[in-house]
Amino acid sequence: MSDPTNPTTPTPALDLEQVRTELASARGRHYWRSLDELANRPGFDALMAREFPRQAPGLLDAVDRRQFMQLMGASLALAGLSACTRQPAETIMPYVKAPEDIIPGRPLYFATAMPIGGIGTGLLVESHMGRPTKIEGNPDHPSSLGATDAFAQASVLGLYDPDRSQVISSAGEIRPWSAFTAALDQALAAQTASGGAGLRILTDNITSPTLAGQIAALLTKYPNSHWHQWDPIARDSARLGARMALGVDADVRYRFVDADVVVALDADFLGSGPAQVRNLRDFSVRRKPGGSMNRLYAVESSPTVTGARADHRMAVKASAVEFFAWALAGQLGVAPQKPKNVPPEYAKWIAALAKDLMAHRGRSIVVPGDHQSPGVHALAHALNIALGNVGKTVICTEPVAAQPVYSMASLKELVAAMAAGQVDVLLMLGTNPVATAPADLDFAARLEKVGFRAHLGLYDDETAQLCHWHIPEAHYLESWGDVRSEEGTISIIQPLIAPLYDGKSVLEVMAAANGRPQSGYDLVRAFWGDKRKAAGDFDRWWRTTLHDGLIPDTALAPKAIGVRSNWIDTIIQNHDGKQDDTEGLELVYRLDSGVLDGRFANNGWLQEAPRPITKLTWDNAALISPATARRLKLQNEDVVELTHRGRKLEVPVWIVPGNADDSITLALGYGRKRAGRVGDGVGVDANLIRTSDAAWIAAGVTLAKTPRTYPLATTQEHHSMEGRHLVREATLAEYTHEPAFARELVEEPAKDMTMYPPHPYEGAAWGMTIDLASCVGCNACVIACNAENNIPVVGKEQVAAGREMQWIRIDRYFEGEETNPTIVHQPVPCMQCENAPCEVVCPVNATVHSSEGLNDMVYNRCVGTKYCSNNCPYKVRRFNFFKYQDWTTESLKLARNPDVTVRSYGVMEKCTYCVQRISQARIVSRREDRDVRDGEVVTACAQACPAGSIVFGDLNDPESRVAKTKADARNYSLLGDLNTRPRTTYLASVRNPNPELES
Amino acid sequence: MSIFGALFVVGVAGYGLNLINRSSYVTQANVAIEQPVPFSHRHHAGELGIDCRYCHTSVEIGANAGVPPTQTCMNCHRQIWLDSPTLEPVRASYRTDVSIPWVKVHDLPDFVYFNHSIHVAKGVGCETCHGRVDHMNLTWQQNSLQMEWCFDCHRNPERYVRPKSEVFTMGWQPAGDQLEIGRELVKANDVHPKTDCDTCHR
Amino acid sequence: MSPPPTSPPDVTVRQPFIEPGHTFESVTDKIGAIVLDQGVRRGWLIGFTISFALLMLLLFALTNLVAQGIGIWGINVPVAWGFDIVNFVWWIGIGHAGTLISAILLLLRQQWRTSINRFAEAMTLFAVACAGIYPIAHLGRPWLAYWLFPYPNTMGMWPNFRSPLVWDVFAVSTYATVSFMFWFVGLIPDLATLRDRSESRVGRFIYGMLAMGWRGSALHWHRYETAYLLLAGLSTPLVVSVHTIVSFDFAVSVVPGWHATIFPPYFVAGAIYAGFAMVLTLAIPLRRYYGLQDFITLRHLDNMARVMLATGLVVAYGYMMETFVAWYSASNYEAFMVTNRFFGPYNKLYWALIFCNVIAPQVLWFKKLRLHQGWLFLTSIIVSIGMWLERYIIIVVSLHRDFLPSSWGMYAGTRWDWATFVGTMGLFMSLLFLFIRFLPMISIFEMRTMVPDAKVDEDAHAGGAH
Repeated sequence: MSDPTNPTTPTPALDLEQVRTELASARGRHYWRSLDELANRPGFDALMAREFPRQAPGLLDAVDRRQFMQLMGASLALAGLSACTRQPAETIMPYVKAPEDIIPGRPLYFATAMPIGGIGTGLLVESHMGRPTKIEGNPDHPSSLGATDAFAQASVLGLYDPDRSQVISSAGEIRPWSAFTAALDQALAAQTASGGAGLRILTDNITSPTLAGQIAALLTKYPNSHWHQWDPIARDSARLGARMALGVDADVRYRFVDADVVVALDADFLGSGPAQVRNLRDFSVRRKPGGSMNRLYAVESSPTVTGARADHRMAVKASAVEFFAWALAGQLGVAPQKPKNVPPEYAKWIAALAKDLMAHRGRSIVVPGDHQSPGVHALAHALNIALGNVGKTVICTEPVAAQPVYSMASLKELVAAMAAGQVDVLLMLGTNPVATAPADLDFAARLEKVGFRAHLGLYDDETAQLCHWHIPEAHYLESWGDVRSEEGTISIIQPLIAPLYDGKSVLEVMAAANGRPQSGYDLVRAFWGDKRKAAGDFDRWWRTTLHDGLIPDTALAPKAIGVRSNWIDTIIQNHDGKQDDTEGLELVYRLDSGVLDGRFANNGWLQEAPRPITKLTWDNAALISPATARRLKLQNEDVVELTHRGRKLEVPVWIVPGNADDSITLALGYGRKRAGRVGDGVGVDANLIRTSDAAWIAAGVTLAKTPRTYPLATTQEHHSMEGRHLVREATLAEYTHEPAFARELVEEPAKDMTMYPPHPYEGAAWGMTIDLASCVGCNACVIACNAENNIPVVGKEQVAAGREMQWIRIDRYFEGEETNPTIVHQPVPCMQCENAPCEVVCPVNATVHSSEGLNDMVYNRCVGTKYCSNNCPYKVRRFNFFKYQDWTTESLKLARNPDVTVRSYGVMEKCTYCVQRISQARIVSRREDRDVRDGEVVTACAQACPAGSIVFGDLNDPESRVAKTKADARNYSLLGDLNTRPRTTYLASVRNPNPELES
Repeated sequence: MSIFGALFVVGVAGYGLNLINRSSYVTQANVAIEQPVPFSHRHHAGELGIDCRYCHTSVEIGANAGVPPTQTCMNCHRQIWLDSPTLEPVRASYRTDVSIPWVKVHDLPDFVYFNHSIHVAKGVGCETCHGRVDHMNLTWQQNSLQMEWCFDCHRNPERYVRPKSEVFTMGWQPAGDQLEIGRELVKANDVHPKTDCDTCHR
Repeated sequence: MSPPPTSPPDVTVRQPFIEPGHTFESVTDKIGAIVLDQGVRRGWLIGFTISFALLMLLLFALTNLVAQGIGIWGINVPVAWGFDIVNFVWWIGIGHAGTLISAILLLLRQQWRTSINRFAEAMTLFAVACAGIYPIAHLGRPWLAYWLFPYPNTMGMWPNFRSPLVWDVFAVSTYATVSFMFWFVGLIPDLATLRDRSESRVGRFIYGMLAMGWRGSALHWHRYETAYLLLAGLSTPLVVSVHTIVSFDFAVSVVPGWHATIFPPYFVAGAIYAGFAMVLTLAIPLRRYYGLQDFITLRHLDNMARVMLATGLVVAYGYMMETFVAWYSASNYEAFMVTNRFFGPYNKLYWALIFCNVIAPQVLWFKKLRLHQGWLFLTSIIVSIGMWLERYIIIVVSLHRDFLPSSWGMYAGTRWDWATFVGTMGLFMSLLFLFIRFLPMISIFEMRTMVPDAKVDEDAHAGGAH
């Protein structure tokens, strides 16, 4: 509640610093309104007048704003009797010289690529009048095949994030670019003598040919300088494992399309990692029930989307996975000897698994987890080679990285050098080691010893704060560059918009370091022009490359590999004698499916996307198994103190069925201090107890319960289906015996059992199916929907109050025993019922049935009785309890989809099958006097879905894909017994368990 | 005062409100709008007979008809009226590369999504909604743009549609009974305007 | 006057509804005096001040509601209706006794209604006024509430006549109007009396205006009786219709716990139950404070207690049927709904409801207790609480766990919910205090007809009414 400021009372002084701290302290969705609340304080106007005299009059103090709202209410009630009240005059600003091929109101699409940890994903970006508003996958690009993950979808919000650093700063001063280059030249000049002995560059993983060239140039210029790479998401174990088993560096890539049997050794290949999208694409192709359905075994410490999809899942502690793998290798005769005393519960499993693998030699895959030990990776290599998978389902290539290193080792070297005072000049480009380095390296303190510290980053973050120079980095949608995708294909990154805060790309900074400052465009063009000299007609090649979004035939070629002799020894030594070193509690660090390593911490969409398994938002927590919780007398939200090697961390507990006992899983990337107003202080920072030698799995952790509790915001409080047939599932055997098993579970009333006459649907009749056999609940659709439909971020408090706004809710249910439950996901958008309960009860006709079968939701007609939500059996309607949408921040306005109304408070909203896309397609088709073609309209969720689970189209067109999926025997409607006749239906889930393990 | 008296007063008040809501005070219809440059449709479209599409280029392909870039003005005014003071803002805009801030005459609420191209394609004349712009010096909004007005045509298109060839003609008169011709056209051009909410509101 | 008899008088011997020894004058003096002569009494002043303070709280809460949005309430998805609709139904229910007593009992020639109908009707009006606030306040955009009315708008569209909320608009507004007319018409002769007896010029003027030139001529009386009977006939169906339609808000929906055909009768009974409870809650202290034991006799209390007992049993039957049907329907959603009420997170409230509405009122079987004002007062309060809980159970507990376990949630009112609730009580009490201060809370002229020497006319005009 606002305190009505009385103008006569003397206003307490308020200075900018105060304002900053206030804003800094505000976080989450709270931040979206914190400006108002601050402006609410007496003295704010005076301050603004002092700071920005010009703007002072324009500012409405929040009290006025609130009164204004009330007046609005009143005046609308009076003048409002007319449907449209008078609007203030608006102006049209036409171009002075119209650019070609921009038609006002019509979006354009450009191909580019998004790099994460140096690995690119091919994208098509929708641009409205020069504003990138929506990301889609590039269908021609092998890494995406038209789909995207949640990170790519959310990167639009990242671009317009008002908290991005906006100025080049040095010692708190705003400085021009020239000042930096001058300072840099000076610093480097001092190095020429020593050949750059004191010069270090720190980047994340680099695949960009242009950048690699620049760095090489610099290294030749300063022979004694060093290039370090620190990437928190780098896959060191994979690299070490390859050396261990093969003796060479090699990247591994999997062809799930050709795999009948897949074994995931604590590997979440469907839900994380650079190949996630492609993996899910390929995997889901083989997930269609029928003869060729694949089988997935998962051995994992904490439930992942991969494990949730698995046909057989076993929960073991992360540290036991290597032992398990060795046992499997022994069983298959890959390892010279079997480990001693394999526990019986493993034995049965391993026997069946080994048999299954042998039966599918050359058609199986063993996938090790990125955070697993090198040993597991080595064993996986050996197994894949022995099973004859290499070259068929498992492809080994040269590393895609420009210079393969062990990220952690590289960082350690740097830290050692800094500690030894050998580093005079340190350029940290696009990386934030202060926040992401493990605690034992004590990076921040060591950094102090460096004479010249420069940092390039999207945010004025923890690292920037400790540097002499900070340069705002240009977002990938703002800058020129090039990048390789995970299987090697090179894409040119082209900007969709000029840098909002004239940030610099890594290329531009490196160019400056090389003493030849140039624009990113010139650099990339020059590099490739040089490379393509021989080919000739460069401009044509350049244009086609930009248009297609990739350079053809640049994927890495397969390379022949073989196992080293005595590769196994180290592994055997590791485990010799002991069964597995799982005494006591162990702590497993995982990258977060929302904020990854923390680089997306300030992205509201990702923070608020419920994590696939826990359904938590806005926090990380110590995930433990129910048994462990009982043993330690812990409940959800209890705060515990974790201790590892003397370092302590307080974390709230969250109980997850199917988590391995005595194993704690903790997500990285939280507890950021300078992420921005959204991400600051959200969750706890796992790096505070993380050590470089136990970077992913830390044994010997102690846990102490504290009397405190900490509220966590989850979007799903109840995890059982209560015996209701919501997600319907069968084994492959049952399915082949009775394909229509799903429909037989529930009897649906006859079509004519309704008081109202049937709708004719002369034109199109839109419908959707969601295949539960391939959906893994990865959140790509949720974020895509956020971006397409201008869905606001509401923040932790509101989520906790049950007021989240995402239009697609991915329900997650646990079935079976808590130690190893079946985990199912079910995306629930609006069902667009034929007999919609919401429609009849709305008193003002704000939600009505369209002639094409949509449940139109008319925001501007809604008065907010909320009756429709009460009467919606699927609870897919979302209500604006407050003014959730940010109406003040300019940069966020740019992110909005102009084809979708921005909702204010007091109105209901929900999914309408992306009706704006339907209307567009309808208009085009009607203009050409034809029907809408199948595939011409794709909803945002369907377009993003990497698994291709969502199919949308016209039911009246018998040839449409959706008409065919609807005819599938597995097709069933959720709560069909209510006779709502939903247009969105589900294809029942089918699993393919190994008959030998059935019992 | 009798009960009937009370009823009478209420009735009159209601009727009055009704009138006010449809008055040009509320709708802004028939109010000529001052523009930074006193552009005359009467002169350009009427007297000179320049086709609508010469300036409103995207009317057939886009949602917006498109307000022309300064460039378009300069195409002619590079040659004629070079030194007319009234055109100074145009020249200034061209020189300084700053847009001319034209004032919106037809300003729909932000929750209404109107698409020119489909209306033009189905034989709704410019004139039908915008009136005789070729008679307007300063342009004004001819119709109320209230929802009932949209419905009037969306529910009975035959009253308003014209041959596709005549869409851009001003002052077209149906040769005979509009309703008959209209019905023919509706059939011929496959006109079936939707009255679903999602047609205009998303 | 005479304190309540310590030993209950024998009610079986038909005792008149007015203590013996009253003449026309004594009646008029006694009731008129409260308005005209006694002036502002201390008790009244204290009571009114408190009520008015609460009324201000209401205004504050509502202003803040419009300013910030209904997020300040506890509602969420799945529980999108909470205190707002609970209170709405509760107040509407209370607003039933008045018209019932006045209209139906009048038509049934139940003379005992005379002494209580006036303030029962007033109470009805005030309760409806309180109820009326909620449907508007609970809107996300209250300033657009008028969109629920069918009027010739510039959007060329109508409200959705299939929606129970639109039916509500008509039901409640009609009920409010008719109840007011009925109450006001009933007041006219007494207003005239007050006009004639008031010493102050202001009083004479205002009462004069309101009396609409009543002279009490035979013609006036004749027309008056007819009009009054007509209004009675008009409002009788309303008593049943209003809560029936309110119950449709729930019965028409698909929510387990709402979707039940028993709702209309069950709601109406509940409404009368709550209504009489409230009349007693008010009558007992009033007759004490203003010494009206002669007019509102123990027999009145006894009768009202009986009505409460009867309707209470109907309500109890309603609860039984809900449970039975849940089992009989063989729908697992219904079954779950009932088990959730019995054993779910809100089960304490459910058992409290059972105690308040089913168990507690059983004491009314005993005449001794029916005639004991303390007990009666306590019971009536308990029933009012019980009826509020009933609506809470029906609305909140049904919503919080419906079809998809994934979207189950919990609900709790915030301080703003409570402020609004208590605030409407303030509004109710304020109006009531003003009423008893400025208008005769018992119908003078009708009481006159109860006086023994009026017996002759009584028959006469009863005949004349036909």
